Amino acid sequence: MWEQQVAFWVLAVAMAAAAIGVVRSRNIVHAALFLVVVLAGAAAQYILLAAEFVAWVQVLIYIGAVVVLFLFGIMLTRAPMHDDAGALDNDQRWGGLVVALFVLGVLIALLVNAFGGKKIHFSNALVSLGRTSHVGTDIFRVFVVPFEVVSMLLLAALVGAVVLARKD
Amino acid sequence: MTEFYRQYLSVAVLIGAAALMFGAMLGAGRLLRPNRPQPEKFITYEAGSDPVGGWGQSNVRYYVYALLFVMFDVEAVFIFPWAVNLKSLGVYGLIEMAVFIIVLTLGLVYAWRKGVLRWA
Repeated sequence: MWEQQVAFWVLAVAMAAAAIGVVRSRNIVHAALFLVVVLAGAAAQYILLAAEFVAWVQVLIYIGAVVVLFLFGIMLTRAPMHDDAGALDNDQRWGGLVVALFVLGVLIALLVNAFGGKKIHFSNALVSLGRTSHVGTDIFRVFVVPFEVVSMLLLAALVGAVVLARKD
Repeated sequence: MTEFYRQYLSVAVLIGAAALMFGAMLGAGRLLRPNRPQPEKFITYEAGSDPVGGWGQSNVRYYVYALLFVMFDVEAVFIFPWAVNLKSLGVYGLIEMAVFIIVLTLGLVYAWRKGVLRWA
């Protein structure tokens, strides 16, 4: 389907440009806003993959909560707000490049190993797999114990956050 | 194109139209307004008085509220697929969700007892 290809490339280019903006921006709040673009692009890619529920979870959790947490974190630190050249630059370009190439290689190897040569046909069955109701049936009928373990994980995170925040 | 993509195409069209309107309104404003820059005009407006200092470090208490928000946001994400299947899951699903919510409420009770919710 060519429409899907066009949408994928438009989103991919926009995401890559915004990702470069995250690391290149001199203003740390602008970097966080560029991150919103990257995360929204990822949500749109999930929609292209017919994973509707995951896409909206991405919007709710990452854009709605994690970026808000980032902005609060920026406000807590004494971050340089204005163009402080140098201050936001820690000169790790080559190390960053090596890590980026390594991650790219690992991802390519993983994807080729898992899906190499396989063709996934878009169908209504695929769309219904990604719907909220289908995900809900899976969570509440098949993955009951992991679901309850998630509540314990969240509890631990919450208690940890309270303990950390009280040490002031 | 399948029905699924057609539905999301309308979402994309709406986003595009919103961006276009936003750009057109700001662009029209830029074309029509007079441009007489003065240094005073670039000072942050702070209720008429000159702003002091630069970056105000905010209180760590706000961070606890942000973290609590993230926790309960994740909880809400799990409530959606349960709410969609409420009838088919029945009492079984109700018990599952009750256990989930009670465990998370324990965390809220902990935060409350430790006094981080009190603004003092």
